[in-house]
Amino acid sequence: MSLTLLYALTGTALFLLGLRATLLHAGLLARVVALNVSGAGVFLILVAIAYREAGQPVDPIPQALVLTGLVVAVSATALALALHRRLIKEQAHE
Amino acid sequence: MAELLALLLICAGLGFYLAGAIGLLRFPDLYTRLHALTKADNLGLGLLVAGVALLHGSMLLALKLLLVWLLVLAGSAASAHLIAQHALRRSREP
Amino acid sequence: MSGLFTWLPDLLLAAMLVGLGWATVSSTDLRRSVALFIAFGLLLSIAWARLRAPDLALAEAALGAGLSGALLLAALRDEPPAGAVPEGLPRWLRTLVDLLAASLALALAWVLWETLSEPAPARLGEAALSALERSGVSNPVTAVLLNYRAYDTLLELVVVLTAVLGVVTLGRERPGYRRAGPVLYSLVRWLVPLLILAAGYLLWIGAQAPGGAFQAGATLAAASVMLRLSGIDSAGLPNGLAGRLVLRVTLSAGVGLFLLVGLGVMGTGRGFLHYPPAWSGGLILLIETAATLAIAAALALAFRGGRPAGWEADDPDHSPRERRP
Repeated sequence: MSLTLLYALTGTALFLLGLRATLLHAGLLARVVALNVSGAGVFLILVAIAYREAGQPVDPIPQALVLTGLVVAVSATALALALHRRLIKEQAHE
Repeated sequence: MAELLALLLICAGLGFYLAGAIGLLRFPDLYTRLHALTKADNLGLGLLVAGVALLHGSMLLALKLLLVWLLVLAGSAASAHLIAQHALRRSREP
Repeated sequence: MSGLFTWLPDLLLAAMLVGLGWATVSSTDLRRSVALFIAFGLLLSIAWARLRAPDLALAEAALGAGLSGALLLAALRDEPPAGAVPEGLPRWLRTLVDLLAASLALALAWVLWETLSEPAPARLGEAALSALERSGVSNPVTAVLLNYRAYDTLLELVVVLTAVLGVVTLGRERPGYRRAGPVLYSLVRWLVPLLILAAGYLLWIGAQAPGGAFQAGATLAAASVMLRLSGIDSAGLPNGLAGRLVLRVTLSAGVGLFLLVGLGVMGTGRGFLHYPPAWSGGLILLIETAATLAIAAALALAFRGGRPAGWEADDPDHSPRERRP
């Protein structure tokens, strides 16, 4: 069992915990948080694959993918929260 | 020799962190918990930083770590103050 | 026995990550969920450092834990006063989802076990690392982001711009915060310039060491969040009529400059975004600078929550929200 496998399995667990919570929770904010946790799991799998033992240079490509993913996740969270705010405002006017 | 001293410093730092964590869990109210968190954790961080700087031996790294410690000190002091002030405003008497 | 000792830190870290993730998603109190999520982000940052991904550790601490946490905490204010608790899904559906999730977990774990136990085939990473001298930078992650896969980064900046456009069109910004007391004020007073300095350093050093445009942009956005939390509603963004133009130019400059560079090098007979090797370093720095400012402005606007009060235009909102004086 290598370090890669350990963190990849951890990432899998987080991915599914988050996915399950996204499906089962009621409020939108809780789901956004769960989705972010799920995303973190995916990132863990990618970075675990990129890992090399000390001495060899690390594989930069999955790391760049995850960096892009991180920024996209924050942007998507921001948009989701703005939608949530607008939704609440619309519902309050009914 | 330096490594032994560094090990002692790091262990002492961890001891303070443990104390802070126990305080967080066991103290009765918000103000005492804040007290445990800021005081114990910051001192623990200082000892950890000293140990790591000694272990590495580079002056530049030691200065950077010192800067990190000072920033954490300022940040946690300000946040502890704000949290306590907020709680006081909500008239949760100490 | 020594085998277990070398594994212990990683086992602990992995267990803490799963435990904290579980606590985050299963907490019933929303505020506690968000606070746990921020802690989770910081722990994840340590995991990135452990997995030899320092660029990611910087970005996670700034974006994943910091900015995401700040956005979520600000959004907590939007929640309607606790009315009727929405009922969850029926019992059998929950069990079904649990079963599906568990089986998917086992399937993925088995796939990972099988594929990761085999020796790795020739990886793309080796090709990326061997071409590093010609890429114009010496940080491999920056080389991948802004040279080999520059097209992906361009599209990522478009995603950021689209998200901020969505945020701005969906409503007015949130009400501001009260003016800071002496403690917060004195902290912000020297912290914001320090953050700006750190952002500039991260941007510059990204070519050789961990750092780069995204980390620098997130640090600047953090400075903006601090300004807003201390009562300065503009959060460092430019105000007024001219300011609005400056803000819009800054937001589009990330994508705009990238496109200009990409199309510009086509003028010299090369393909889209094929930098001339002698100019790679300079062009990458130029693009990164514009990207930093664009990301910082976008995240700052996202934290404000919507269209700033000065952007009058036609307001589709039914109720004009009074800003607190």
